[in-house]
Amino acid sequence: MEEHHRRNQILTVIAVGIGLLFLYGAQEYATSYQIRILNNCALFVILAASYNLINGVTGQFSLEPNAFVAIGAYTSALLTLTPAEKQLSFIIEPIMWPLGVLHAPFFISLLAAGVVTAFVGFLMGFPVFRVRGDYLAIVTLGFGEVVRVVANNTQTITNGPLGLKGIAPHTNLWWSWGIAIITVFFIARLVRSSFGRAMKAVKYDETAAEAVGINAFWHKMLAFTTSAFFEGVGGGILAHLITTISPTLFTFFLTFNLLIMIVVGGLGSTTGACIAAIIVTFGGEYLRFVEEPINFWFIHIPAIPGMRMVIFSIILILMMIFARNGIMGTKEFSWNWVLNKIKPVKIFLRKKP
Amino acid sequence: MEPTVFAQQLINGISLGSLYGLIAIGYTMVYGILRLINFAHGDVMMMGCFFAFYGIMMFSLPWWASFIIALVLTGLLGVLIDRGAYRPVRNAPRISALITAIGVSFLLENAGLVVFGGRQKAFYRPEIFSEVHTIGGVRFLELLIWVPIITLLILAVILFIIYKTKVGRAMRCISHDMETTRLMGVDVNRVIAITFAVGSVAAAAGGIMWAMRYPQINPLMGIIPGLKAFVAAVLGGIGNVAGAMIGGLLLGLAEILLVAIRPDLSGYRDAIAFAILILILIFRPTGLMGEKLPE
Repeated sequence: MEEHHRRNQILTVIAVGIGLLFLYGAQEYATSYQIRILNNCALFVILAASYNLINGVTGQFSLEPNAFVAIGAYTSALLTLTPAEKQLSFIIEPIMWPLGVLHAPFFISLLAAGVVTAFVGFLMGFPVFRVRGDYLAIVTLGFGEVVRVVANNTQTITNGPLGLKGIAPHTNLWWSWGIAIITVFFIARLVRSSFGRAMKAVKYDETAAEAVGINAFWHKMLAFTTSAFFEGVGGGILAHLITTISPTLFTFFLTFNLLIMIVVGGLGSTTGACIAAIIVTFGGEYLRFVEEPINFWFIHIPAIPGMRMVIFSIILILMMIFARNGIMGTKEFSWNWVLNKIKPVKIFLRKKP
Repeated sequence: MEPTVFAQQLINGISLGSLYGLIAIGYTMVYGILRLINFAHGDVMMMGCFFAFYGIMMFSLPWWASFIIALVLTGLLGVLIDRGAYRPVRNAPRISALITAIGVSFLLENAGLVVFGGRQKAFYRPEIFSEVHTIGGVRFLELLIWVPIITLLILAVILFIIYKTKVGRAMRCISHDMETTRLMGVDVNRVIAITFAVGSVAAAAGGIMWAMRYPQINPLMGIIPGLKAFVAAVLGGIGNVAGAMIGGLLLGLAEILLVAIRPDLSGYRDAIAFAILILILIFRPTGLMGEKLPE
């Protein structure tokens, strides 16, 4: 059991409260561009924390989040679009029967997105967890491609390459950050529970874990399905944030972004993943200057679109060579650590007079 | 299906399959030695195409000279990638190496987008390959005859290197036990560099033929062929060079024939390879010719 459990809980509540006040301020006074970045941060916190559960905590290196996000985004968008809107956008072939008339409020659609994605993840777990290591990476990568190809071709469900347009912009700061906070709390609790300890055991030595009676397969499935659930919900948030989705949105590129986040945060640290999600999202915005023309005295560099991804790739390679543990390693953020850092300062201040 | 149509599709399938096989050789050699999926391999192939493209377009070299220079440059690129990115993580956990490989792949794609631009470029197809023949109602490009022949030649050379030369023996030793090989006084890093060079040259040869076949290139062209070539390598049994070629041929034929039989499924063409991959891993994880078990 953690030391000073009660105190830490209170500190967490206070921190969340301050965060919510900050969000309220942002909602009132920030520009729409700033709000958009904050929404993106929340979205990536959701996705990175859940991706880290399977990749970092359970150590099963997989590359499928783009598929899960796609399934979640399509599910929730198909539910919140009204039947009339759906009839309008499905111009090549009419929409399949039950989907055309279904309609649900935003929250229900998010839940449905999570449940449907978790179910797909559950079914997919049976074949993919027959393999490990590099093979798992390739199979899950292939699964991501398959989902994209299917989304491109099932005209009567996803409207094919045309995608879905005119999705209501339900996602605001309250929704995105609210769900981000719930996701992080749930995953952090799961990681600290006996299930989470079993997952870590599977990561470090699967054979040894099996020997002490941990069923590796079902713990992988638990991590994978949970991760799928939250990635699906994140997909719903994404769909209602950008209001237009099409299969090209869900390429491996999305997975790559998440991979950078969990690597920067430290594979295996939920709080690290959250911190890195925020840093990378802001960093990506900050780095926009490298894609604009630069005039520095007499040096003129023309605009270079695409330069940011080059920088991100180099960062990823350098992290792997020089800083494999990322920001947090496998440690978690804890109040005890913060307070211990502050303690010498306090003592110093007290001595002074 | 009519016999002529079948013959036509057979030719298409064999030429496509040979290209998958050529690219798969690089995967299988690197995996056999380092147990590393070189994610960047498809992008190395793309770089080979661009080297050839710029050799012809910018330096106005004759096509054969440009192709040879492109092969050499791509081989050097492979060595450079190994030296710069993979060697520093050689003793790290396998996942780190895998993430590095993904990073290299993205670096090549995005650097390609920045340097070459994202637009499709038309690739030069030499006249001697451009002739269209008609035999018994089957129409095909001269190139399609050359692709399997060149592929077999390259395969023969690589098999010779692996089984008849000293370097090849070192490669086979490293794939069994790297540490012991090092103790025997073999310069392991040099052998690995040579492996990367050979694999990259094969990929570049495959890429250049690919570019002549579908005469368009762009910086993202390597992704899908790269993934499918990996599937071909697994299908043939990873670590087995001849198996990679057979896997490539089977995959190419499966793709072309399935689409020929069921044209309504043509949209799913890119998904076939992964469906096959999942089936192999479930029913025969060692591949058709492999002996090694996946971890």
